[in-house]
Amino acid sequence: MKKEMLRFSSVTYIYHTVRGETEATRGLSFTVEEGEFVAVIGPSGCGKSTLLSLAAGLLKPSEGEVTRSGSCGYMLQRDELFPWRTIEKNLYLPLEVSKQNSPELRRRAKDLAVKYGLGEFLQSYPPQLSGGMRQRAALIRTLATDPDLLLLDEPFSALDYQTRLNVTADVAEIIRSEGKTALLITHDISEAISLADRVLVLSGRPARVSYTHELDFGDLKNPLKRRESAGFSGWFEILWKELNQ
Amino acid sequence: MKHQRKPCSLEHARFLRARKKNLAIVWALRIGLLVLLLGIWELVTAVGWSDPFLTSSPSRIAKTIAGLYSDGSLFYHIGVTLAETLIGFAIAVAAGCLIALALWWSETLRKVLEPYIVVLNALPKIALGPLIIIWFGTGSKAIVFMTVLVGIIVAILHMLNAFIATDKNKILLLRSMGASKLQILLKLVIPSSLASFISMLKIAVGMAWIGSIMGEYIVSRAGLGYLIVYGGQVFKLDLVMSATCILCVLAAGMYFLVVLLEKVLVKNPDS
Repeated sequence: MKKEMLRFSSVTYIYHTVRGETEATRGLSFTVEEGEFVAVIGPSGCGKSTLLSLAAGLLKPSEGEVTRSGSCGYMLQRDELFPWRTIEKNLYLPLEVSKQNSPELRRRAKDLAVKYGLGEFLQSYPPQLSGGMRQRAALIRTLATDPDLLLLDEPFSALDYQTRLNVTADVAEIIRSEGKTALLITHDISEAISLADRVLVLSGRPARVSYTHELDFGDLKNPLKRRESAGFSGWFEILWKELNQ
Repeated sequence: MKHQRKPCSLEHARFLRARKKNLAIVWALRIGLLVLLLGIWELVTAVGWSDPFLTSSPSRIAKTIAGLYSDGSLFYHIGVTLAETLIGFAIAVAAGCLIALALWWSETLRKVLEPYIVVLNALPKIALGPLIIIWFGTGSKAIVFMTVLVGIIVAILHMLNAFIATDKNKILLLRSMGASKLQILLKLVIPSSLASFISMLKIAVGMAWIGSIMGEYIVSRAGLGYLIVYGGQVFKLDLVMSATCILCVLAAGMYFLVVLLEKVLVKNPDS
């Protein structure tokens, strides 16, 4: 059996505000295994981002338990590159913060950037790059500390459609070839199908896992190829129905 | 301005020429307007339509300034006011930023002090004039204190707003990397507030001059504010106008120094 990278065991999370309390999740349980790419889809406002904050350890569950083996890297909707830093300095940010700013790790981050086509932009500032390039830089930044688990919070939703398809393919390739485990949150069904090994469908608030699907694309990992494949529309229909229940 | 060495199309050359011409026209009009106003002023006093005793005139102002210069008091008064303004400005900016940092750091402290800051901000500082005289005497110390008082609240509020407006998602990103509050402050909050810091400096320059001149109105025995008050009391309007003109030049000079600082500090990666 494969190693478990992340486990939610009947996790309940309650938001407290002056107006009252809101259950974001109730009895939420699932696992993510090593090397897996898991996508979570759910109706908007169902507490998808809460789920990632719980996974990252930024929030503590009100009930239940979140266990994670190893470190994690967080990738957000927008690239959130610091405009006053060059791309290279942006890549070193997580190293500086976690005090592992060694020449070896800097070297590694830089090599990753070069390997994935950011070599000529290392000394540029973020506003000089296209949206797609910036999101790619954000992914390399996330990978700089060599995290065991990637948490992706709708990382493509701020991009225009064409860029989005291309960047999704890029990012999928990078994550697969670096052998990373990933948990993707998205509201985009086709994105989930084109990327994931497994799709979890959340219910409306309070969120629970209402369906789990192992996608049967076999070795077909390329998101663009998946979109063209025969099984794609079938999965879309199934997930669409489940999401709208 | 950056000059492109690349060969450019005829149309682009025309565009650049038109832009340059437009800039030249604006500057010519600016200077022309000043000359025109000074000319009218001089003329109406020269032909006797207005009484130079009440309105002064450019030539009398020039003469007054020359007089101050020859008896050695010109740079003395400028020096006194400039020193008070700069010291007050520096203290207000430095202390304002530090207090804003403390308020950003502790939400409780911020909530506790909020009503006090609001009241202090609304209070006309000149109301504290008598207190300041009694506490600090009638020397430069009182004027510097007044300058600080006028500038510091604006500095605090401006910087606090900038600190609080730091992008929440970038904070989330840093927290997900395991950043401490100090790291968030040093790596994100302070660098992202640079533009606000410059705009705060621009406001603080104006505030510092208000503070120092107001201070000199109340207590001083030297400085440009003193010259204005003294000139008014003895009906030497030439002196009032001269000191005001010098103030205009100094205030503009200090503002442009801040603009220069902005050019050095804020690198615009787009250009």
